[in-house]
Amino acid sequence: MAKPYEVTDANFENEVLKAATPVLVDFWAPWCGPCRMVAPVVEELSTEYDGKVKFVKLNTDDNIQTATKYGIRSIPTLLVFKSGEPVGQIIGFRPKSDLKKRLDTVLQPSS
Amino acid sequence: MTEARKEYEIIIVGGGPAGLAAGLYAARARRTTLLIERKGAGGQIALTAAVENYPGFDNINGFDLAQAMHQQAEKYGMETAYGDVSAIAQEDGRHVLRTTDGDEYVAKAVILSSGADYVRLDVPGEERLTGYGVSYCATCDAAFFKDQVVAVVGGGDAAMDEGLFVARYASKLYMIHRRDQLRASAILQERAFAQPKMEFVWNTVVEEVLGGDAVTGVRVRNVVTGEVSTLDVGAVFVFIGLTPNTAYLRGTLRMDEGGHIYVNEWMETEVPGLFAAGDIRVNSARQVVSAAGDGATAAIRADHYITDHFGKHPATVSAGAERL
Repeated sequence: MAKPYEVTDANFENEVLKAATPVLVDFWAPWCGPCRMVAPVVEELSTEYDGKVKFVKLNTDDNIQTATKYGIRSIPTLLVFKSGEPVGQIIGFRPKSDLKKRLDTVLQPSS
Repeated sequence: MTEARKEYEIIIVGGGPAGLAAGLYAARARRTTLLIERKGAGGQIALTAAVENYPGFDNINGFDLAQAMHQQAEKYGMETAYGDVSAIAQEDGRHVLRTTDGDEYVAKAVILSSGADYVRLDVPGEERLTGYGVSYCATCDAAFFKDQVVAVVGGGDAAMDEGLFVARYASKLYMIHRRDQLRASAILQERAFAQPKMEFVWNTVVEEVLGGDAVTGVRVRNVVTGEVSTLDVGAVFVFIGLTPNTAYLRGTLRMDEGGHIYVNEWMETEVPGLFAAGDIRVNSARQVVSAAGDGATAAIRADHYITDHFGKHPATVSAGAERL
């Protein structure tokens, strides 16, 4: 069971872009209530998708470079990366069932 | 993933202050209690940086307050399930709740506290640019507009409160309001008028949010003169009111035109054992403290209702238990 761990501007390339599996990045900040609300849901997903998807989180307060690069203007934002490219995006706090649907769509090989 | 029906004495739908207070009181009455929450406990207050009007707390972060309420209720035995309740029906004097995931729950009493959601402007560009400069949550998004000119729409407490938070980051704020005076409480008006970054744009409505990949401006119209103009802004924060989350109850319960549920002073709807508390009921004061009060009232009444209709506490919960 892999709990989402923190990535930074410094290791984003190695941890996310060069990862062998798809990666879900949870962009968050400590002062953002909905980000803190979505955190336990993302944690549950990380257990359910263990082995299929890697889950990480990025603090947008401390890692402005990455947040700017991907045009983040609202958090929470969840970005899914496959082979170094963003392939799916969910902006705002959505119910878990929505997140799962979205994640399953993105994970389909031909999507 | 349909499973067997799960039974509780009291089920609460929605985990804002009303639902969390109801959960606390229900659990302390030693009723088996479940809170069903759509997203995460907290509701609207979780969006708020600082709550200054919950008695006993001079200034507390909204999410922290919600989390404290949630933990307090769980400490006394309230359980939490995540799901979106899509239908409620009555069966043999009990209430059956169904979620969009296909889960089913049964309860002797149900407290509806699904709260309210922000109203959208409903203008071109708004939906397309949501998350790209259109925002309904200052604490989520204000920091991304540091040293930029932004717009805040609305004239109530939320608009002033959130606007004052945005002012920590933005260089200038156009405060756009459709009337010539604010509805916000006096103390928030004082602070807003004292904030030099805020420029009030009165008698004005937003007609379009402009921008390609991100917000670049808003087209506005003065409702008195009819004059149309464009304001160059990098973001639009919208706080123009709330609409109750009662769509799933349409046809089940009597509501006013705005979708608020009619209740009596005990938070009872016209369906026995079905209660409504907080922002979803008619004539709510829409405050954290009044929502919590509603929740407590509903839970106390629900406890009495169960004793009256299902026998003395502790009631047996086994399937097929005799009903009175």
